[in-house]
Parts: sequence; structure tokens; C-alpha cells
Amino acid sequence: MNIVNFTPVESLLGGLIIGLAVAILYLLRGNYTGISGIYYNVIAVNKNGFVWRLTFIIGLVIAPVLLSFFPYKDLGFNMPTTNPIIVIIGGLLVGYGTQLGSGCTSGHGVCGIGRLSLRSIVGTCIFVGAGVLTVLITRSLGWVVL
Amino acid sequence: MMRNIIVPLISGIVFGIGLVIAGMTNPAKVMGFLNVFGNWDPSLMFVMGGAIAISLPTFLLIGKKMQAPLFNKEEGFAQQLKKDIDSPLIIGSAMFGIGWALVGFCPGPAIAALTQVDGNVFMFFIAMSIGMLIKKII
Repeated sequence: MNIVNFTPVESLLGGLIIGLAVAILYLLRGNYTGISGIYYNVIAVNKNGFVWRLTFIIGLVIAPVLLSFFPYKDLGFNMPTTNPIIVIIGGLLVGYGTQLGSGCTSGHGVCGIGRLSLRSIVGTCIFVGAGVLTVLITRSLGWVVL
Repeated sequence: MMRNIIVPLISGIVFGIGLVIAGMTNPAKVMGFLNVFGNWDPSLMFVMGGAIAISLPTFLLIGKKMQAPLFNKEEGFAQQLKKDIDSPLIIGSAMFGIGWALVGFCPGPAIAALTQVDGNVFMFFIAMSIGMLIKKII
């Protein structure tokens, strides 16, 4: 192990801001900030709660544009994987997997662990574990250079 | 207005700003976190730690003391649907983890990175949306 590109200050600050967004939605509206679920219910046109979910997603999309008017430390943008087949398979797995497992990094990781839900703690350990193993394999196969 | 427009819009904007500042809309940082056995970037742990430092007292302390959310007395606090550790949770989370590690995007950052106007981000986003809808059909 070799520690690189570590940004503890920016990442902790960003994490606290994410926590603030979770608190806003829960304390003012009563909902969990599970993004895969919110987004899924928008594209599945679930009429129950459609408007608030769509508004949340619009906020998420325009956030980087609003932020670009302010000075902040840009941590860059780089996609190590650009092979279209891998990008598509990755997208399908993320979409299908988050629905089957009923949560993603925000739903299980931030909200579920925040509620000390055993189900979410298990889910988070599995997706992080699967992710670590996958990177180990793809890097060994030379599919990705990290 | 407050309940359906202002509160979710502000929460979405704040969430997206947090993701960008934390560097989570950069797939290289996310894949760097999963690269524990190589050149490891522990940043994502700090993102989760910071977020949970706020979400935990929100749910377990402040939320418990409130009768209902401030602008949503009608519906009240959302209830957790499932508690059991079943095979869909395990298989789904494993599939999600593999896809997450292949490209470096989970749903939130993929949506917040759309304004990068990048063909690969868009391709991932469309595939992710199709994957979600396939689950609905099957």
C-alpha cells in the first residue's frame, strides 16, 4: 500500500456538506437522501412523490454549475476507464445492483449507517469489498492503470 | 411549495456541492479509494466520515426529538422498509460494487457529473438508468 492523491481537508469538508444536505431533507421533509432510489422513482415516473424527487435531482445536476461561480479547490476530473463496453457494463451493474440491493453509497452508506441499520452496514461492506476486489482484478489484468 | 420545491431543491444543490468539493465527481479519486492494494487514496473514507458525523445525530438525536419534519407534518418521517439481510441485498450490493469499481461512478456523482458534458459520463448515466429500469421489468 502506497498513499497517493489524499485530500483529507477537502474530502472531510465535502462530506460534512453532504451530511448537511441529508439533514435538510430529513428534518424539513422527512425523507432519506438515497440517490439511487430518488432517481429511480423519477425515471420510473412513480406519481407518488414525483415532484420532490425530480426537484432534488434537478438540484443535484445544477449544483456544479452554481459552484463554478465561486472559487474552490477543483479536485479534477479524470475517468481511468473509457472503454465503452466497460463503461456500459459498469453502468448497467450500478443501475441494476442498486435497485436489487435497494441502495447505494448515499442510501446505505450515509443514511443507513447514520441510522445504524445493520442491513445498510452489511450492504456497504459488500459493495466496498466487491469494489476493492474488482479494482485489484482489473488492475492486474491491465484494464486500468491507477 | 416549501415541501415539494424549495426543500428538495436546496438539499439536492447542497448534496451536489458536497460531492464536487469532496472530489467524488472525479472517478479517478473513487477508483483510487478502492485501490487499497496499490496506490491508495483514502479520501472517500473522510467523505463518508464527514457525512455520517452529521447524518447520525440527525437521525438518532434531532429527528427522534421532533414529532414530524418541519415542513411535512402530513407525511411525517419516512419509515425504514426493510431490516432483513437477504440475498437481494447481498447480490445487488455486490453487483453495484463491481460496476462502481469498473468506472468509478455511483449514482449521485454520475448525475452531478452530467454537467461535465462528457460522452463517457453520459454513456454511463444512460446505461445506469437502463439497468434500473431492467430491474423494474424483471
